[in-house]
Amino acid sequence: MARVVVEVMLKPEILDPQGQAIARKLPQMGFEGVTAVRQGKRFEIELAGPADEAAVERIRELAGTLLANPVIEDFEVRVD
Amino acid sequence: MARVGVITFPGSLDDRDAARAVRIAGGEPVALWHADTSLRGVDAVVLPGGFSYGDYLRAGAIARFAPLMEELIPAARAGLPVLGICNGFQVLAEAHLLPGALMPNAEGHFVCRDQRLRIENARTAWTSEYAQGQEIVVPLKNMDGRFTASAETVAELESSGRVVARYMDVNPNGSLNDIAGVTNEAGNVVGLMPHPEHAVESLTGPTTDGLGFFTSIVKGLINA
Repeated sequence: MARVVVEVMLKPEILDPQGQAIARKLPQMGFEGVTAVRQGKRFEIELAGPADEAAVERIRELAGTLLANPVIEDFEVRVD
Repeated sequence: MARVGVITFPGSLDDRDAARAVRIAGGEPVALWHADTSLRGVDAVVLPGGFSYGDYLRAGAIARFAPLMEELIPAARAGLPVLGICNGFQVLAEAHLLPGALMPNAEGHFVCRDQRLRIENARTAWTSEYAQGQEIVVPLKNMDGRFTASAETVAELESSGRVVARYMDVNPNGSLNDIAGVTNEAGNVVGLMPHPEHAVESLTGPTTDGLGFFTSIVKGLINA
């Protein structure tokens, strides 16, 4: 059994109000020196078989259609 | 009589109001279920508001892969008139039938208000009963209503007249260029974040300004 991880982040030019809200809270909590926070998503996909090139390619297709919306998001796929 | 399908997804809320709006406009509403595999020969389709699949992942992202969408997407590309309202707009954007994406409101909370809009394009299948530049007031209620697209896409939408409606007075959700609705190149697919189907009767709506979306399609189909 293998695990493939897909990480999805908003494209750099897309406004991230959630990340901004987190960043605004930090000084009040005593965290100094943070200039920005961006929030993303991590998917852990458990495979019944090996994470060979064909399986990873299928997950790349899945990431580009369902897990991420390429209009607003970038994604990375890696075998864990 | 114009037969206008209204798709119900798990989590749709405004399918009954959309069907009522079709009826008041003089059309025959046809209930369609997301798991159907046939559009039942309807002349047009409305994707209603709500929270399909709980808005999990992204608003509209899972509904976009419903079995009936497999039928709807090629039909819309071939010219079938389709109107997506609120969650329906989100589904059409996720299906890439419309440009851009609808993201969480910039202020981070749900917005519910009677919203003034300006009809910027009265030539689509769903806006032909309006005058160009007409101002209307209809309810707006959303969590993920912030229209976002690349700078190039927004510029192209503006220069080609594909912005259908624009927010007036306030920008309630941080949408780029105050964009409340857009259309595809052919003008048969329209997405709108505010809710015209809630403004078709004076008893329950702030106005009856929303009726024009439904009379546009009903009259357009009869005259076609």
